[in-house]
Amino acid sequence: MRRGARLYVVDPRRTSSARWADVWLGLDVGSDIALANAMAREIIAAGLENRRFIENATSAFEGYRESVESYTLARGEKITGVPAEVIREFAHAYARADRAQLCWTLGITEHHNAVDNVLALINLALLTGHVGRYGSGVNPLRGQNNVQGGGDMGALPDRLPGFQHVENDELRAKFERAWGAKIPPKRGWHLSGMFHAMEEGDLQALYVIGENPLHSEADQNRAERLLKGLECLVVQDVLLTPTAEMADVVLPAAAGWCETDGTVTSSERRVQRVRKAMDPPAGARNDMAILSDLAQRLGHGWGQPSAEEVWNEVRLLSPMHGGMSYARLEALGGIQWPCYDESHPGELFLHGRLWQEPVVGPRAQFSVVEFDPPVDALDEDFPLRLTTGRHLESFNTGVQTARYSSPLRAPEMLALSPEDGARYGVSDGERVRVSSRRGSAEAPVRLDDSLRPGLAFLSMHFPDQVATNLLTIDATDPKSGTAEFKATAIRVEKLRAPDAMASRV
Amino acid sequence: MDIHFNHGDVTPEERQAVDCILGEPESGWRGGPRNADRDGHAALGEGGAGARRHLLLPVLHAVQARMGWITPSALNYACQRLGLPPAEAYGVASFYGLFSVSPRPLRVLHICDDIACLTQGAEELCARVEQALGPPGSATVDGQATWYRSACLGMCERAPAALLSVSGERPYEKVLAPASAAMVSKALAADAIDAAGEPPDHFDAAVSVPQTSLPAASNLMLLRRMGSADAESIDDYRAQGGYEALRRALLLGRGWVTQEVAAARLVGRGGAAFPSAKKWDPANQPHYLVCNADESEPGTFKDRVVMEGDPFSVVEAMTIAGYTTGCEKGYLYLRGEYPLAGERLAHAISAARARGFLGDNVMGRGARFDIEIRRGAGAYICGEETALFNSIEGFRGEPRNKPPFPTQVGLFGKPTVVNNIETLINVLLIVREGGERYASIGTHGSAGPKLFCLSGHVARPGVYEVPFGATVRDLIELAGGVAGTGRLQAVLLGGAAGAFVSPAQLDTPVTFEGTRSIGASVGSAVVMLFDDSVDLRKIILRIAAFFRDESCGQCVPCRVGTVRQEELLQRLARGRPLGSVETELGMLKEIGQAMRDASICGLGQTASSAVESALRRWPLFESPASGDQKGARDE
Repeated sequence: MRRGARLYVVDPRRTSSARWADVWLGLDVGSDIALANAMAREIIAAGLENRRFIENATSAFEGYRESVESYTLARGEKITGVPAEVIREFAHAYARADRAQLCWTLGITEHHNAVDNVLALINLALLTGHVGRYGSGVNPLRGQNNVQGGGDMGALPDRLPGFQHVENDELRAKFERAWGAKIPPKRGWHLSGMFHAMEEGDLQALYVIGENPLHSEADQNRAERLLKGLECLVVQDVLLTPTAEMADVVLPAAAGWCETDGTVTSSERRVQRVRKAMDPPAGARNDMAILSDLAQRLGHGWGQPSAEEVWNEVRLLSPMHGGMSYARLEALGGIQWPCYDESHPGELFLHGRLWQEPVVGPRAQFSVVEFDPPVDALDEDFPLRLTTGRHLESFNTGVQTARYSSPLRAPEMLALSPEDGARYGVSDGERVRVSSRRGSAEAPVRLDDSLRPGLAFLSMHFPDQVATNLLTIDATDPKSGTAEFKATAIRVEKLRAPDAMASRV
Repeated sequence: MDIHFNHGDVTPEERQAVDCILGEPESGWRGGPRNADRDGHAALGEGGAGARRHLLLPVLHAVQARMGWITPSALNYACQRLGLPPAEAYGVASFYGLFSVSPRPLRVLHICDDIACLTQGAEELCARVEQALGPPGSATVDGQATWYRSACLGMCERAPAALLSVSGERPYEKVLAPASAAMVSKALAADAIDAAGEPPDHFDAAVSVPQTSLPAASNLMLLRRMGSADAESIDDYRAQGGYEALRRALLLGRGWVTQEVAAARLVGRGGAAFPSAKKWDPANQPHYLVCNADESEPGTFKDRVVMEGDPFSVVEAMTIAGYTTGCEKGYLYLRGEYPLAGERLAHAISAARARGFLGDNVMGRGARFDIEIRRGAGAYICGEETALFNSIEGFRGEPRNKPPFPTQVGLFGKPTVVNNIETLINVLLIVREGGERYASIGTHGSAGPKLFCLSGHVARPGVYEVPFGATVRDLIELAGGVAGTGRLQAVLLGGAAGAFVSPAQLDTPVTFEGTRSIGASVGSAVVMLFDDSVDLRKIILRIAAFFRDESCGQCVPCRVGTVRQEELLQRLARGRPLGSVETELGMLKEIGQAMRDASICGLGQTASSAVESALRRWPLFESPASGDQKGARDE
């Protein structure tokens, strides 16, 4: 951290980021809303809320204020486990800062109440006015270079490119005119919805582009059963993933970052050019060419448009990309949307309008959100809280990273606190059976002093070694469709020696 | 050494060494015993990660003093305590010459083989020590001791010098000067290892300040208490006029002091000659006062002598500076090789504190000021003011780009006043005598009295005080004339970053304007004499080696340039030039020019200065056929 910036890390585990932070708040898994609401109550009680901003630019504050009233510091401590004094310090530091950002990743969103978690954080930003100003804001950090771009381009069940809602007749009509085709007027399914539809028999054919759902979905037994039950599975990927191995048709794709032309969009909404530097291996083709051919076979003559031609179509239909010609993207080293026309420089930050008095456009609304514990409750049979996550040197299910060696990579191991290690009589490297209410897996143990008693950790990088998602729960957030990967109730049993021998074979 | 904490078990000794600086750990996350109840849900206490990083250097000193080297497990523990990545702390530990990151015996002797000591038999001393104990760095006395060659230790008036550093339960440091092979053997001998109560270092004014035994001693202004006042007695100091200046400053107010310092035309004595009044400008709203006592320029020892012989004057002068500029905190950054100066200053500061001359209510006048000593650890570059800030802050002592200047962005990012020891003690004189009267001393361009460091082949080496305006010849005569063969070959003015002058230039006044007229500088007031028995090639090779060794390596022109310069001189000295001698000399000039133009700080900018001045004046490397190497070109 430089120039006097302060870092507060909120994470059940004492992660490597937490080590270099000013303060670490090691909350219990799934208690994020209780923490945020307790902070909000403390900020209001101490008179540190930004009254002027709230009155000018927000709505529903009174209801919010009443809803957080019961989240005293003592209650916050009781639910989260974080000492009241630390919550108080964090609340005051956040409220008093000239500029403050809330950044988060999957620890907020991989819960059954993911959207509520995010709303709880947005409430804090509205309460303190840390939004719509340079250096402030709410910022979901992306795990890949183009997660933002995928959403921007309409890879969401309810959106057309540029976040234009598919259920808005006027917007849909614009696209229909341009494309000369009818677009279904209702939103589609998100990933979890698709699996649900497979279960119901409503979905029989699946076309997967660049994803490995067999290993990345919660409750892997179920995922495998449903994928196997499909009439037709098509997988388009740069690598032969385990999902691709199950597929009826595999379409080998070119890599997006060096074998094709196009754009990507980073977390800060900056659209940047990527350029083809080499030809893909024989047989692999870029996604656009594959899709165009597919369209041709399905009776739509798209021709073989260049990346720039497709991009110019995006600019025509998505107002926020309107001013981003390839020439400007190159000249400016990327542009942050929105960029409506070629005289527009792009925007460094969003929501600046909230600071105009009186506010321009709709007010930002406070949302009432309540703490709701993880679905997979702890009890005598499943007394340990398992949370899942990533290691620095590996990527998701390992499709792209597991094939290469890394000096930092260790085999998958169940991380337990030293205290729990003693309690179960296991030491480093000894194998255990990990069981949840859905399944069980065997794993070697790693005693990790960044964990407190009662907390366990697994990554999902090595499904071949430990199928972590056999354990996780597919309780999903109704609004976002994200599963609660972060909170599983487990039991750990030491394997008897013969079992251990057998499992090594 | 990576960014992770390696779990080497810290020993009780290592833990104790670190904790004596940092106190007991407050949580399991910061090196204390694991307590899942207390630490499970938050990291409490000790501030944020890196918040106490400025204590890294004191911690490393403590570990080095206890263990004899910076062990990985101790470094690890220190990093846990401070919330620092071990790679960062390793980068700091390996930056400093006095620290070792590989195992080293507890008893270490550093023998100075720099230029002043070379004139007094340092080479012969090293040869005899090597014969007796083996090559530098080799363990001797059953692995309990070793010795190294060292750059200038700042003991030039008592050359050849050596510094003994003993680690362990009762660590101590001691200067041996002048050192003999017998003293070295005794200091490193097995029976000395457990000897408690080594005799303390001493300060002998008659040796270090020979003027005190001359009839004209009563005319001394800056050195007037040398030898006559007990350096460890605040009462003695007061009996001889000590603390009168502070009383007067507090009485007449900061505005008055600022005005008098401006009227005095005082300029910095550290080498750069910057007007002190500009640094003290209240418009800068300075936050910290830093006294630069990292005197490391080869041949320079005046600040050490002042600190050893009259430490209270330093404390009083810093207090006046702090009061005048509104700084409540002063740091004194002391050269690591000055153990006696450190002891005496620490004593003076605590005595001043006890009397209420430092603290929350200085002299009962409501002013708040206190001083903290920070010890360097053997890095010449830390005398550069911004490198010094980085060193105090716990970073590698690498200079910062300027601007911003310290008056705007200095220590811990705050506006900072930084002055060296000699500059500060001049303020006492200014406050006592008034600015105008002070300005009448010396010449028009160079006001006030000046301290000079006479060393090398001179009859009475030591620190001399003269009003600005004295010539090189005056200084040599004051110091009893040329020693050695009695025939002067060359004088080094201003230090390794200064310039050589020939005997024909002795009538140049050693003032800012006078030295400039002959392409030299006052620098750190070094006047080092070489008689005609000295092979100047060896001297400039030693200077080139010095800069190569002391370049911090941050910027390319200096890092590469100092190496190339030394390699080139080595080739010439071996008579194996690449191409002709002329092409080599042309290349040398180019290297010097590149370093002057493009280095971040003064080290690189002056690293070729003395070398080039010598080659301008003497054809040191031209082929034997072209004449006597010692014949000076301009004679």
